[in-house]
Amino acid sequence: MGKVGVIGVGQSSFVRGYPGSIKELAFEGFSDALKDAQIKTTDIKASVVCSSPEYDKQRSAAGVMAEYLGMTPQPTFYVETLCSSSSTGVKLAYALIESGLHDVVAVVGFQKMSEISSAESQERMGRGADIQWESPFGTMMPAYYAMYAQGHMAKYGTTPDDLALIRVKSATYGQINEKAVYRKPVTFEMFHDPKSPMSNPVASPLRVGDCCANADGSSCIILGNEEMTKRFAKKPVWIRGIGAASTTVNLAGRDVFSGLTAGELAGAEAYKMAGITPQHINVAEVHDCFTIAEMMAYENLGFAKPGEGKDLIKSKETYKEGSIPVNVDGGLLSKGHPIGATGGSQMRTIVLQLRGEAGEMQVKDPEFGLVHNIGGVGLYGNVTIFGR
Amino acid sequence: MGKREVDDRFKKFGTVSFTSITKVNDFVTKLEEGKVSGTCCKGCGKKYFPPRADCAECLSREMDWFDVEGKGILRTYSKLEFAPIGFEADLPYSIALLDYGDYKVFGRLDSSIPDDEVKVGMEMTTATNVLSNGQLNYIFKKA
Repeated sequence: MGKVGVIGVGQSSFVRGYPGSIKELAFEGFSDALKDAQIKTTDIKASVVCSSPEYDKQRSAAGVMAEYLGMTPQPTFYVETLCSSSSTGVKLAYALIESGLHDVVAVVGFQKMSEISSAESQERMGRGADIQWESPFGTMMPAYYAMYAQGHMAKYGTTPDDLALIRVKSATYGQINEKAVYRKPVTFEMFHDPKSPMSNPVASPLRVGDCCANADGSSCIILGNEEMTKRFAKKPVWIRGIGAASTTVNLAGRDVFSGLTAGELAGAEAYKMAGITPQHINVAEVHDCFTIAEMMAYENLGFAKPGEGKDLIKSKETYKEGSIPVNVDGGLLSKGHPIGATGGSQMRTIVLQLRGEAGEMQVKDPEFGLVHNIGGVGLYGNVTIFGR
Repeated sequence: MGKREVDDRFKKFGTVSFTSITKVNDFVTKLEEGKVSGTCCKGCGKKYFPPRADCAECLSREMDWFDVEGKGILRTYSKLEFAPIGFEADLPYSIALLDYGDYKVFGRLDSSIPDDEVKVGMEMTTATNVLSNGQLNYIFKKA
């Protein structure tokens, strides 16, 4: 098999209430990636469009995106795995390139969370689970992750204060990421201040401060085969490992409530393909839709032993200067989480890091970077490892 | 030709039901009889909760019903302070998971249990429940 490399990366700013259509939103991430790659749309031989369609009024978004982005008559199609849609899109693009079908493929992720009213959004929140057996009990995303937090706390003695430290770290970097939606500082004290919204309970044991920022946004990753990557990329970054897994939607079908098994399996697959271990990773982007999700990712990806994720954040090892910097772009918690765009945005951050172009967020001379992107409540796990 | 009868008993399940037609509609009739039931495959003996009409292990479509009985262990839970549309009147409420060994059951905690008495690892039982809007579900009670 030949290598698959990154030719260009881009994203829009992540914002609340984007003042334009979904096509105009997607254009921002796409044009950013084209400028980065310094290629023309005619150099792109196929596109993969990624979003969570329940937030779109547009049916079959791939077609309107291909038209608006100027990528007709090339083939285009649509991929959805909830919050990991664009990671799945990248896996698909990888396969299209490795198969020899296309030499350059663009993966466009977008989500305009504000496309629907907040009442409609609330209604969809209630249908986020198995609508037959779990939604009728009144479930919602924060409560599911809260059940994992409760499970982690019961098994390992993790505390709400440990989780708060993860949010404080994210906000540290959200402030220096000009693309982030939440750019204000968050302090540990806010979680103990009844007057701060951060301390408000959402679903025990999670508080407002444990939950990611809602945002509209788009991202784009342009991949190529070895020849095209060498031709177009100034500083080639290669996909070294790629893994994906799933688990049951119904919690009743699962055995582990202190980690996300699909993320763990995807990670193991990606490490094996890359021929490296967690100790080789110099910088990571993990799926921190809630603080507990980042804590579990530390452990599922082997950055910490099971139950020892709290020690990693307490000792600040996941800060920029630490042994394994994680989410030093603000993560989903502060950068924001426009579902279909999130994976592509995580990958953009890692590619910029490996090129040495991450500005104020740059970690020292990384060789390998990892992206961990989860869809649903641990339903879809995706891990992609990049190297120089 | 007469009007075709639609078996939509499942619309009675939960505070808000999102689907009404399933081959395991007998689940609702059993709830009305005070029983919470799963299915057991006649072909390979695998137990399913929530109940299924089809066995993913041996592909059999022949199922028996079994009742959820005895004590389960509380694996995890969360108390909600916000709710999706249609569930606001139930607030605050807790969703939870009980482990019965062969299978697990996802549902709600009995709201009369004080917060400080809820502990992961405690023994609980599953009981049918009629909601204030007349809908049916089941709740977990202290064993």
